[in-house]
Amino acid sequence: MNADTLIPLIFGRLTLEALPHEPIVLATMVVVVLGGAALVGALTYFKLWGYLWKEWFTTVDHKKIGIMYMILGLIMFVRGFADAIMMRLQQAMAFGGSEGYLNAHHYDQIFTAHGVIMIFFVAMPLVTGIMNYVVPLQIGARDVSFPFLNNFSFWMTTAGAVIVMASLFVGEFARTGWLAYPPLSGIGYSPGVGVDYYIWALQIAGVGTTLSGINLIATIVKMRAPGMGMMKMPVFTWTSLCTNVLIVASFPVLTAVLALLTLDRYVGTNFFTNDFGGNPMMYVNLIWIWGHPEVYILILPLFGVFSEIASTFSGKKLFGYTSMVYATVVITILSYLVWLHHFFTMGSGASVNSFFGITTMIISIPTGAKIFNWLFTMYRGRIRFELPMMWLVAFMLTFVIGGMTGVLLAVPPADFVLHNSLFLIAHFHNVIIGGVLFGLFAAINFWWPKAFGFKLDKFWGMVSFCCWVPGFWLAFAPLYVLGLMGVTRRMRVFDDPSLQIWFVIAAIGAGVIALGIAAMFIQFAVSIINRDKLRDTTGDPWGGRTLEWATSSPPPAYNFASTPVVHDADAWWDMKKKKYQRPLSGYKAIHMPSNTGAGVIISGLCLVMGLALVWYIWWLAALSFLGVLAVSIAHTFNYKRDYYIPADEVRATEEARTRLLAGTEG
Amino acid sequence: MSATAIKIDDPNVFHLEEEPHHEEGSSTMLGFWLYLMSDCLIFAMLFAVFGVVGGNYAAGPGPKELFDLELVAVNTAMLLFSSITYGFAMLAMDKNKTRQTLIWLAVTGLFGLAFLGIELYEFAHLIHEGATPQRSAFLSAFFTLVGTHGLHVTFGIIWLVTLMVQVSWKGLIPANKRRLMCLSMFWHFLDVIWIGVFTFVYLLGMVR
Repeated sequence: MNADTLIPLIFGRLTLEALPHEPIVLATMVVVVLGGAALVGALTYFKLWGYLWKEWFTTVDHKKIGIMYMILGLIMFVRGFADAIMMRLQQAMAFGGSEGYLNAHHYDQIFTAHGVIMIFFVAMPLVTGIMNYVVPLQIGARDVSFPFLNNFSFWMTTAGAVIVMASLFVGEFARTGWLAYPPLSGIGYSPGVGVDYYIWALQIAGVGTTLSGINLIATIVKMRAPGMGMMKMPVFTWTSLCTNVLIVASFPVLTAVLALLTLDRYVGTNFFTNDFGGNPMMYVNLIWIWGHPEVYILILPLFGVFSEIASTFSGKKLFGYTSMVYATVVITILSYLVWLHHFFTMGSGASVNSFFGITTMIISIPTGAKIFNWLFTMYRGRIRFELPMMWLVAFMLTFVIGGMTGVLLAVPPADFVLHNSLFLIAHFHNVIIGGVLFGLFAAINFWWPKAFGFKLDKFWGMVSFCCWVPGFWLAFAPLYVLGLMGVTRRMRVFDDPSLQIWFVIAAIGAGVIALGIAAMFIQFAVSIINRDKLRDTTGDPWGGRTLEWATSSPPPAYNFASTPVVHDADAWWDMKKKKYQRPLSGYKAIHMPSNTGAGVIISGLCLVMGLALVWYIWWLAALSFLGVLAVSIAHTFNYKRDYYIPADEVRATEEARTRLLAGTEG
Repeated sequence: MSATAIKIDDPNVFHLEEEPHHEEGSSTMLGFWLYLMSDCLIFAMLFAVFGVVGGNYAAGPGPKELFDLELVAVNTAMLLFSSITYGFAMLAMDKNKTRQTLIWLAVTGLFGLAFLGIELYEFAHLIHEGATPQRSAFLSAFFTLVGTHGLHVTFGIIWLVTLMVQVSWKGLIPANKRRLMCLSMFWHFLDVIWIGVFTFVYLLGMVR
């Protein structure tokens, strides 16, 4: 056997050609590799690997996993935003015969990666992270139903993110747009590794997402504190429940449709091909049956966050709790009946388009009910304009406009004019940034003191806020204008010089947003440095209403020393009103799940398998698959999965808290 | 239990003196149900895809030329028998008879293997006749739907063998009983899916 046959056998289609040639990518790679080497060096030098492995990587504590999800989401957010600002710069430059600074091959990867990263590896981890951290605390539980699965889910999501990042430096990413419609994403038009990177990143992360959805549903259904009936659950827990129902009922669809695309690409089947009876339009249908619920997976938990914030900072019970719950459930159901509005122009006919147009418009009714509920919660409330409340106000002003442009697009005749235009881009950024992102910033500012025991710096938080909100409008209002003028999305160069000014304004807006992001990271740094001044010793810095504020900040590993009993939707408010004193004696040993490294190892093997499949390295794919099977089976032979925190340790922790509370009061 | 129930009703009681006893694995059945429903959705998608492109033969062979209903009937019988024998295993498990449970599990596994063997024979036969998954959208959908079911049965058998080892190692402890219950649901679920495959793919294929 000579080298010409042996090398492809070992390395598949991976050759030196796969390394970056373009100066932008090459420079990025050098920076990332050097930065990564410095980080690894520092961790080794300070001997932190053991600590990270024992306390974080292998943890089954829902709080630590939640924090890791947040870190993953924020890191990927920087990458996704870098893509965004590159696109804005390109579009502002490429006029009057100028090609800009990005070639088509690179630009197409950037807009694809931006969409994929922002949805799958920024919004999803951040939302999952918040749910993971807060939900068990809000329902008075010690952990989630399946703690090991929780750890595994996180690492699968991370493995997916690593695959996307790898595509930046080795080979290429998809050039198909974030949903990879065939036949463009078929092997004929996309023969490279880009679409394969896309597929395996999403499949591996999707396993994690589905399992974490199952986990949180079981947690909310089974692990609620005694007395907490369904209609006494905090609204955030309700919206999380609905979101996870949506995850479990929609992500399998994505798994299935991507598997079929995989078969088309790897085996040569004919699901979405143009010949041999294949049907590309079937792909568009199937992927949006997942895709539309996905939108509500992202926004619903943030509706819950805003509900908590509205009532906390207005010092009032949430207005219309019951209607809020029903609105959430109605949105959950309706989100399955609207997917076709993503392709009105595909030719389904007037009757079908009318049906889906009307169901889409109907969704605005429960959503509108929520907006009114928040307004009525604020009405005659004693409003404190802390940072989370500021984000709530910005959200309502921004999101309502985004929602209304959405209703506009829901009218099929209008959509025939506006589809595929920058108006659409402006619309969905209006709701995703104005809703999901603003909600996440509100949530981070709201629950940070719970997670770390000190508040975030208000000044830098305000700087971030004051950059983000106008920056958003500066960046996206021009896109509404351009869209109405008929400019289509995903364009790299433009002919009409009269359009340039709008793109320049949008680019300036993106710059202002960049300042907002920088201010947020400065806010984190300043707060960590000044943590002693910002310290919260009460565990209840905002005058909270739900159970997470009943325990210390940060909560102990076991969350609650004794299981709380709930009588009201605002359980902690009820306790405070009735002058409840937490028990100071009679602590018992607490039953907890043990850490395990199985999740990291299995996900690591899945990562290797994914990369091997991308590059057609069949022996490695088979080997890592067998590894996944072997480690999974070996893991089931471990029957000792729990331990007891001894009563003495619980007493010591709780007595320390008693002293802390006394210190603040005295 | 009744003592705690009374206490919870007291609006001034905010914590329990005694820890409520969360039975270990009390969420497992619900969690596994949820997983099965998510898996069911994957099959629903594959059925839907078969519904859309199942008639697109692309001038290639259709069900009438390809399917051998007698063979498929034998195959169906294998899977249905395996479900019955799994039921016997569960009955033996309820009576805490370890040996009997293991024997019925082994019988179930053998029926499962017979099912897989016949399915592989059918696939090999079809491919030999030129009816490959690449030939037409109908055949792509057929091989994917039936093959995905077959893959599930394969994993079921691997799981079954693992559980047999664990039951003979640890006996019928609660953790193992719970695992046997989960595999039981999985196995019967695959049976239900197969009924759908047999009806919509094979039987309806012959009449259309």
